[in-house]
Amino acid sequence: MEKSVEPVLDIRDLYVEYLTDRGPVRAVEGVSFAIQPGEVFGLAGESACGKSTIAHSILRVLRPPAVITGGQILYKGSDVLKMEGSTIEGFRWAEVSMVFQSAMNSLNPVVKIEHQLTDVLMKHLGVDRSEARKRAEELMDVVNIDKQRLAAYPHELSGGMRQRVVIAIALALKPSLMIMDEPTTALDVVVQKDILQQINQLKKEYGFSILFITHDLSLMVEFSDRIGIMYAGQLVELAPAGKILSEPLHPYTKGLLSSFPSITGARAKLSGIPGAPPNLLDPPIGCRFKPRCAEWEGLEMEKSPRLREVAPGHMVACPCNFPGEASGVN
Amino acid sequence: MQTQPGSQQTQPGGAGRAPLLEVRGLVKHFPVGSPLDRKHLHAVNDVSFVLDRGEVVALVGESGSGKSTTARLIARLYVPTRGEILLDGKDVLKAEPRKASLAYRRRVQMIFQDPFGSLSPNQSIGLQLERPILIHKRALSKAAAKQMVYELLETAGLNPPEEMADKFPFELSGGQRQRVAIARALAVEPEIILADEPISMLDVSIRMGVLNLMYKLKEENGIGFLYITHDLASARYIADRTMVMYAGHVVESGESVRLMENPQHPYTQLLLSAVPNPRAGLRTQEVQARGEIPSLIDPPPGCPFAPRCAHAMDACMQTMPAEQTIEKDHWLRCHLFASK
Repeated sequence: MEKSVEPVLDIRDLYVEYLTDRGPVRAVEGVSFAIQPGEVFGLAGESACGKSTIAHSILRVLRPPAVITGGQILYKGSDVLKMEGSTIEGFRWAEVSMVFQSAMNSLNPVVKIEHQLTDVLMKHLGVDRSEARKRAEELMDVVNIDKQRLAAYPHELSGGMRQRVVIAIALALKPSLMIMDEPTTALDVVVQKDILQQINQLKKEYGFSILFITHDLSLMVEFSDRIGIMYAGQLVELAPAGKILSEPLHPYTKGLLSSFPSITGARAKLSGIPGAPPNLLDPPIGCRFKPRCAEWEGLEMEKSPRLREVAPGHMVACPCNFPGEASGVN
Repeated sequence: MQTQPGSQQTQPGGAGRAPLLEVRGLVKHFPVGSPLDRKHLHAVNDVSFVLDRGEVVALVGESGSGKSTTARLIARLYVPTRGEILLDGKDVLKAEPRKASLAYRRRVQMIFQDPFGSLSPNQSIGLQLERPILIHKRALSKAAAKQMVYELLETAGLNPPEEMADKFPFELSGGQRQRVAIARALAVEPEIILADEPISMLDVSIRMGVLNLMYKLKEENGIGFLYITHDLASARYIADRTMVMYAGHVVESGESVRLMENPQHPYTQLLLSAVPNPRAGLRTQEVQARGEIPSLIDPPPGCPFAPRCAHAMDACMQTMPAEQTIEKDHWLRCHLFASK
């Protein structure tokens, strides 16, 4: 199934390290996943699990001391990590755009909305100002903001509107993949729902794929097609969104799910997960979740367990055996 | 008293005894603009409620709805423009109008959203917990205070206490710091804790631990919590009653589970429809009302939600409706119900 259509993005065995004074921090370790055309792929996990580092790696905007130490990032078959100079500049934004965390504060406060939009269009498409202005008006239409507001400065718009402007800028060059890193975390729920519905609508019209990053698992399950769960720099489970909710396998995924009280149904006591995520300067040997795991059976390993397929489309990295499997440990 | 989340607590006492905390018609207007062009930001408008021992009351709403200001008014960090705060039936604003007494501050404690900013970075945890104990004279010797610190750390789930007392905030995770903040509030044996978004800055996997600690303190120590949050699901999880705030007004209030099953105010309905709820089926209903909270600076009369409300009538533009009780412990302020 994965072979029939070429994925938009194919990340293979990616390693990223932060070279600090106290030693290397392995922020991303051996992560592999692919995003299909038109798919919303969710990457969930707690702070510092490496999800934003992956997003920055795709666009090659990691800042020192972060370095990519291994793996490949294939965009429609060509390796992003080997792109140089003008190629990477053409790739950024035109092919893959990004809505950053707290994006609504990423607008330049002293430049009118109009110029923030037209600058992108003029630089990348080589159109003149009047043509760019026309396109900017269309984009404002797309994200449901009155054209008049093009003359406004960012501080004159509400948080939700600024976020829409950022989405308009991300859409400006009709990319094939949009990376959204906690796009609505700073917004209220009503605005959040409104914006996500709008993105969904735009996705249907334009047909782009989305890499959706958030720590809010409830939101992610609602919005994504497939979900990868990350813990301490590693991908520990990957499955269709419905499966993550109904048949989570990895104890960490189960713990995360039991960290979100439900808004309906019986009020049951939830436990969350004991302890805290590990320090990545000195992570636990073997399975990184072991010290917090409720299901750990005393098995010691030298290496972290690798992701393996336990049911069609459902991968998990856990040394435990799961029903319907011959042998768990690889 | 040993109830699971989900059971409703019956009010003890009833007739004759004054509730632990009662707030009546609390109003806070902040002056804004220049002295020549003075305007007022109406942050809190006519908020009234009761909080009793061993009860968790949640105050939910979007940013800018006035929920944090309400907590700060009760903590006496701001001076209210109007209104009464009654502790055991006595009006504390009359007795101590400008500044809260030490006794009041002992009984009413507050914990804040940011566990990184609310602890002193250069004092050990033990020292930070010892201070309130000595200031409020709960222990007379240093040794006794130290023993008390260990007990507090243990209550807050920070083990082993002897080791934790010697640590500095930077050595602790966010969840542990919030537990320290709770332990510090507990140091003076408060009867009420005002918890302003205590879990929203914490990593998701450790949030439930902090909420469960609050629940334990309510059950075992009978502490009353005012739980301020934007997260309706967590309010439903821990709170006996939930109040929904919009633009400075409490628009609906009821027993938490019942309120969220049967929301009546159009704003509560909107808010609930926007909460991600994967268990109810993927990509559920559309949001019906666009727009955001209106400006709070000298707002026009009438219901603040009217400009966004699908059911708005003429009356909604003119007056804010009074409280209407629609079932036991469930009331709202909406003209749709005023005529009935």
